[in-house]
Parts: sequence; C-alpha cells; structure tokens
Amino acid sequence: MDWTWFHRFGSPPHLYGLAGKLTPWFAWPAALLILAGLYGGLALAPPDYQQGDGFRIIYVHAPSAWLSLMAYTWMAAAAAIGLVWRMKVAHAVAASCAPIGAWFTVAALCTGMLWGKPMWGTYWVWDPRLTAELVLLFLYLGYIGLRSAIEDPQRADRASAVLAIVGVVNVPIVRYSVEWWNSIHQAPSVMKFGKPSISWPMLTPLLIMFVGFTLLFVALMLVRARGEILRRERQSRWVSEVVAQ
Amino acid sequence: MSGFLSMGGYASSVWPAVALTFGIIVWNVVAARRSFAAARAEARRRVSMEQAP
Repeated sequence: MDWTWFHRFGSPPHLYGLAGKLTPWFAWPAALLILAGLYGGLALAPPDYQQGDGFRIIYVHAPSAWLSLMAYTWMAAAAAIGLVWRMKVAHAVAASCAPIGAWFTVAALCTGMLWGKPMWGTYWVWDPRLTAELVLLFLYLGYIGLRSAIEDPQRADRASAVLAIVGVVNVPIVRYSVEWWNSIHQAPSVMKFGKPSISWPMLTPLLIMFVGFTLLFVALMLVRARGEILRRERQSRWVSEVVAQ
Repeated sequence: MSGFLSMGGYASSVWPAVALTFGIIVWNVVAARRSFAAARAEARRRVSMEQAP
C-alpha cells in the first residue's frame, strides 16, 4: 500500500496551510446554522405538551453536550494516532480539542442545571448522567493541567495522550448512562436506534443545531491546531517563511 | 412578542441558558483566535531574533 498520502497529510506545513484554507468553510456555515437553529427552536417550534416552553433549553443543552463528547472522542483518537505513529500534528489536534471540549462541558452542565431547576425542582442531583458529565469536565481539566505542568512539549504530548486515551472510557458511560441505570435524566429523543421520539417541527431545529455545533467545533479546532503546530515546529525553516509573510 | 420573551413562564431558565451558551460560543471564538495569534507572534519574535546580527 502506498503511504505517501499519509505522510503528506501528516506533514506540519501542509496541514497548517490546509487548516487555514478550510477554517472559513466551517466557521461561516456554523454561524448561519446556529442562528437559524436558535430561531427555529426558540420561536418556531411548538411548546412541549408537558414542559411548555421550558423544553426549549434542549436547543442549547443537547448540542453543547454533544460537542463535549465529540471533542473528547476526537482528542482521544488524535492522541492515540500521535502516540502510535509519533505524529506531531496529531498531538497538536489533541491539544486543541481540550479547551473547546472543557468549555462546552461547562455549557452542558450549566444549561442542564437551569433546566433541572423548574423540571426536577433542583439544580443538581448525583444522577449517573450528571455525574459522568462532571467527570468529563475533570478529565478535560486534568488533561489541560498535566500539559501545562510539563515543560517539554513532546513529553507533555505523550503523557497527556495516555490520560486522554484512558479517559475515553467515560464517553460511552455518559452516552448510555440513561439506559443502563435508572436515571432522573430523560432518555434520548434523537440519538437512538429507530425513529426519533420527537415531532419534526421540534426535531428540525435541533438537528440544525447539532450540525452547526459540529461545524463550530471543527472550525475552532482548526484555528487552535494551527497555533499548536507553530508551537511544535518553531525550529523549522518553513515556520520562519510562513510568519515572515 | 411578550409571549416570546416570557417563554410561558420559563423565562428565568430559558434565557440564561441561551445567553450562557451564546457567551461560551463567542468566548471560544475569541480564545481560539488569540491562541493562534499568540503562537504566531511568538514564532515571529523568534525568527527576528535569529535574523538579528
């Protein structure tokens, strides 16, 4: 098998340039979709028969939670690729995912608390899903803390990669917690096998938000990854050519 | 319009949740750009130091 594409793809200057070109193609559609999804969810979708207009928090809560899990999965996969193939750019991608994922874990937790207060009567319960999402935040913070504690970037890459890979076990726990255990948290309405259990006028804005948040994550990750590549390649000749422009 | 703003009595939950998420999105855009700009400035400084006699 011809592996040249793999090495070309993994070459830092190639990826640096590619990421710069791709960013607007993710960022602008993300902005449009998120604004459209918010309008659809807050203004157009009909109120829920049980939760009234309170259910509209789903349009910011579920996409944030989705982004928090997606970022971790990407981070762990990139870290594993970086470890196995000793690929610098993969470590750069992994390091870029962590702050984004951590922020949207905070968003998922806080919007969930704001939703919990009127519906469950409390901001917080030590429910399996809520606890696992909190553990996700601690994994992100541990990863970020470990990186900043190690001076040498390559050692930081390797040590934090191990943490990222071990922690990925928490992702299916968050995802399936509402099915494995008796949970106060409602069961999934979209991300499940078979037909979604919410009606199309409610579902469409939510799907738009999911796509928008996915594109937003990729755009943010690309911008951060370019910086991380520059930090790792500071000795290289191509960097001096790129920043001199 | 007032019905939209009152969110059927859930305004005190819905609007803070929307505002918080929106704020986190905006902050992430700013932070990502800053992180890249800092790395670029750092690299530029290093290059100019190497080129200095």
